Amino acid sequence: MTTSQTKVVERVDLGILIDLLADSGYDVIGPTKQDQTIVYRPISAIDDLPIGWTDVQDGGSYRLVRRDDSALFGYVVGPHSWKSYLFPPRSVLLTIENVDGELIFTPPDAPDRRYAFIGIRACELAAIAIQDRVFLGSGQVDTTYANNRAGLFTVGVNCAVAGGTCFCASMKTGPRCLAGYDLVLTEVLDESTHHFVFEAGSDAGGEVLHQLPGRDATEADFARVAAIVDDTAAHMGRSMDTRRVREDIYTNRDSAHWDRVAERCLSCANCTLVCPTCFCSTTEDTASLDAALGQRERRWDSCFTLDFSGLHGHPVRETPTARYRQWLTHKLATWQDQFDSIGCVGCGRCITWCPVGIDITHEVAAIRTRSEVPA
Amino acid sequence: MSKPKLAVWKFASCDGCQLSLLDCEDELLDIVGAIDIAYFPEATRAELPGPYDVSLVEGSVTTPHDAARIQEIRKLSGTLITIGACATAGGIQALRNWADVDDFLSIVYAHPEYLDTLETSTPIADHVPVDFELRGCPISKVQLIEVISAFVQKRKPNVPGHSVCVECKLRGTSCVMVASAIPCLGPVTQAGCGAICPAFDRGCYGCFGPAESPNVIALGDWWKSLGIEDDDLVRALRTFNSYAPEFKEASATYER
Ligand code: SF4
Ligand code: SF4
Ligand code: SF4
Ligand code: SF4
Repeated sequence: MTTSQTKVVERVDLGILIDLLADSGYDVIGPTKQDQTIVYRPISAIDDLPIGWTDVQDGGSYRLVRRDDSALFGYVVGPHSWKSYLFPPRSVLLTIENVDGELIFTPPDAPDRRYAFIGIRACELAAIAIQDRVFLGSGQVDTTYANNRAGLFTVGVNCAVAGGTCFCASMKTGPRCLAGYDLVLTEVLDESTHHFVFEAGSDAGGEVLHQLPGRDATEADFARVAAIVDDTAAHMGRSMDTRRVREDIYTNRDSAHWDRVAERCLSCANCTLVCPTCFCSTTEDTASLDAALGQRERRWDSCFTLDFSGLHGHPVRETPTARYRQWLTHKLATWQDQFDSIGCVGCGRCITWCPVGIDITHEVAAIRTRSEVPA
Repeated sequence: MSKPKLAVWKFASCDGCQLSLLDCEDELLDIVGAIDIAYFPEATRAELPGPYDVSLVEGSVTTPHDAARIQEIRKLSGTLITIGACATAGGIQALRNWADVDDFLSIVYAHPEYLDTLETSTPIADHVPVDFELRGCPISKVQLIEVISAFVQKRKPNVPGHSVCVECKLRGTSCVMVASAIPCLGPVTQAGCGAICPAFDRGCYGCFGPAESPNVIALGDWWKSLGIEDDDLVRALRTFNSYAPEFKEASATYER
């Protein structure tokens, strides 16, 4: 099969990409405007994208507003993350049949589909790499995740704008897609041009790219791409200093600031559920009234619920202070001990979608003030 | 093994929660297959005498007669489960707890002297020990079936105490408070409804009462930043579950 490594594709030809993927049997998922937000849903044409929209984000606030152009990717990440597809909110783990007193356990069949994610951002590719380590890389393969992940095709987007709560630059995960994509595009849009500079990241990506109409990319095209992502990196809404963050959090376990956050925190769990790396779940067993049929289901859970730390009928982390500290400490410190990386990619979702605007970048800065980072 | 006997009792309420049981059309045959409905005046005239293995109690206590009756029902019942905002928090009628009942009586009834009523509307658990409280105004029939199944199968029901926000996120609904500045009680309200209101672009009204660890004052502070006045906060907290301790205390702090 012939492949292409780079290509410049005109705006009018971009729809072919979706058709190619759909014709190859992928379930194509991409950003689309639904009511007041941009979410990830099945898409079938370019017109399904949020053309000409952008998002204005801050702690506890998200507003869609019109851009003064027709950019296809002129916004950042919204309330959904791709984990809804790879690690769904609910999944059946087992069905249990009681046949004359004998219990028959049946795991669900592997789904007969492959996903293509269009418009996945650098921070989100980094988040999938983190969940890969959690679900596939720690010696025990999670079947549900592995089945959904199998055959995944990703079309990354290098961000041309940064959101008000984005801080990928300081987490070194973006705004340029670094790894994990089959294709990556950069949208180039001005008075005279509207095209996409593509690069392939895998053989599968190269094969698709070869079938797209367009010209080879030049040095000038790549210089333009570099200028776009550099500008985005220079306009991050937030930042976090990650040097010694693990040590600082451990040292400041008893900081009074944990209580101050807890006074504002609602224990509502939104931050964890929107986070693209948070992976916690619980299992629920149910049975029909006649006990002939049972089911074990996994559903998203959160370190902010009481049941989550329930041992022998009592929560270990009873106070909001203990729960917020658990969350932030896991994200930035114990995650490193567990998985050799920080658990945060700087997407900003937990800040935007916290109903009271609690901000991980502010809180970690306040908590570590007692142990200043050496210059 | 004989089937457990179920009784359904009504106190001050609108009957909506009992109707949720009748509304379990598809599951009703399974329910009747697993338990004997021994006393349920709303559904059947047949009455089997007590004791009952499990009683579902709807409604709040608002009269001296009911205050005595719940004691008798407790004695007749093995497991006692309260259903709905009236039984678990006093219901809408608990608004009388902030007013003078005699004022209402003289306005509403031609002959208030015939009435024998209490100053307050109180949840069942204020009067007798309750084994399980199922929230909601009305309750969710899915949760009701789960509670009945769990009782029959002698296991803990899957009725989480976490916030409505969790249900928003499970169903993929975008937050209306963050995206549209619509005041929402979801972060301090217990899940169970399936986050219906946010799915229809409304804020949560708090039908299921306080969640397991509600920080109502912090949410109130945020509402104020959205331009909501103290009076409106009092009204928002004093609806179906006004007398639930966390809503009651928070609403008092906003009252001038
Ligand atoms: S912790 Fe917050 S900023 Fe970091 S990855 Fe999760 S949601 Fe994004
Ligand atoms: S955090 Fe970075 S990569 Fe993610 S959406 Fe924002 S700018 Fe793009
Ligand atoms: S930090 Fe915000 S989103 Fe997270 S539990 Fe607390 S209030 Fe909810
Ligand atoms: S809409 Fe309400 S219930 Fe849903 S996430 Fe937002 S605050 Fe929570």
